[in-house]
Amino acid sequence: MGVGTFFTSKLDEAIGWARKYSIFQYPFVTACCGMEYMATACSHYDVDRFGAGLPRFSPRQADVLFVVGTISHKMAPVLKRIYEQMCEPKWVVAFGVCTCTGGFYDNYATVQGIDTIIPVDVYIPGCPPRPESVIDGLMKLQDKIAVGTQRY
Amino acid sequence: MDGSAILARLRERLGDRLLATHEYRGDHTAVVSREGLVAALTLCRDDAALAFDMLVDVTAVDYLRFPGREDGPRFEVVYHLYSVGNNHRVRLKVPVEQDDPVVPTACGLWPIANWLEREVWDMFGIRFDGHPDLRRLLMYEEFEGHPLRKDYPINRRQPLIGPKV
Repeated sequence: MGVGTFFTSKLDEAIGWARKYSIFQYPFVTACCGMEYMATACSHYDVDRFGAGLPRFSPRQADVLFVVGTISHKMAPVLKRIYEQMCEPKWVVAFGVCTCTGGFYDNYATVQGIDTIIPVDVYIPGCPPRPESVIDGLMKLQDKIAVGTQRY
Repeated sequence: MDGSAILARLRERLGDRLLATHEYRGDHTAVVSREGLVAALTLCRDDAALAFDMLVDVTAVDYLRFPGREDGPRFEVVYHLYSVGNNHRVRLKVPVEQDDPVVPTACGLWPIANWLEREVWDMFGIRFDGHPDLRRLLMYEEFEGHPLRKDYPINRRQPLIGPKV
């Protein structure tokens, strides 16, 4: 910017803009959806274009929890603890129909939707979802991150 | 040995502890009484001609409401044996009544029976007498019921377990 020009914004919007392009994700990969997650993350679809290119494998360093794949009742307490270990602000993406509703695993072993144990911000249905759906979900999450009051 | 010879040898050694034998598409099966199970398994493992040194699988079948088997014992525990040296197989079955679902353990013969029997206990609720550590294997300990029993409702919901504090 040259001398004498200036730029105004609301602090919330500026922080929201910064946050939505620096998504540090924690991929909680338990099942076949993981393959589609990898396809999305790799160079062909390249989620790095949306600022979500750096997976962190510690929940303490992550902003977004990607729950990718079927969650069994035995895994549920692990997922819940992972979620509780993440620092605010944090978001959760349910990746694939198993995490959204349990999918076709309507049986004794499977959690019928991870929203029964943790809050979910974006649901990406599909078995598995195509990378385009994942990117669509990611952009919806970015919109959700950008608007609204930012806590800081 | 081929399968019929294995069954003939079992029949010769076990006598009336062997309840029946049959074969289907090359799979040979011996039905053993519960009292004769340990003797049959020991014979299979230690007999020089049989030498079944590998317990491939222990599982069970619930014949509740199975067409044609309404009157018989509800469960069958199934043992699949394989001999690495002789490259032959056999299957042993033990009928188990619903009122008394107990079978002697095979842990002393093949150590792998420990986990396989825990799985059968977990899924079918059949106990193994003499097992050193009969806990659930796949489901968590708060789980109620045995999900592979035919009278377990398919859509039954269990209470969710939370992290232990």
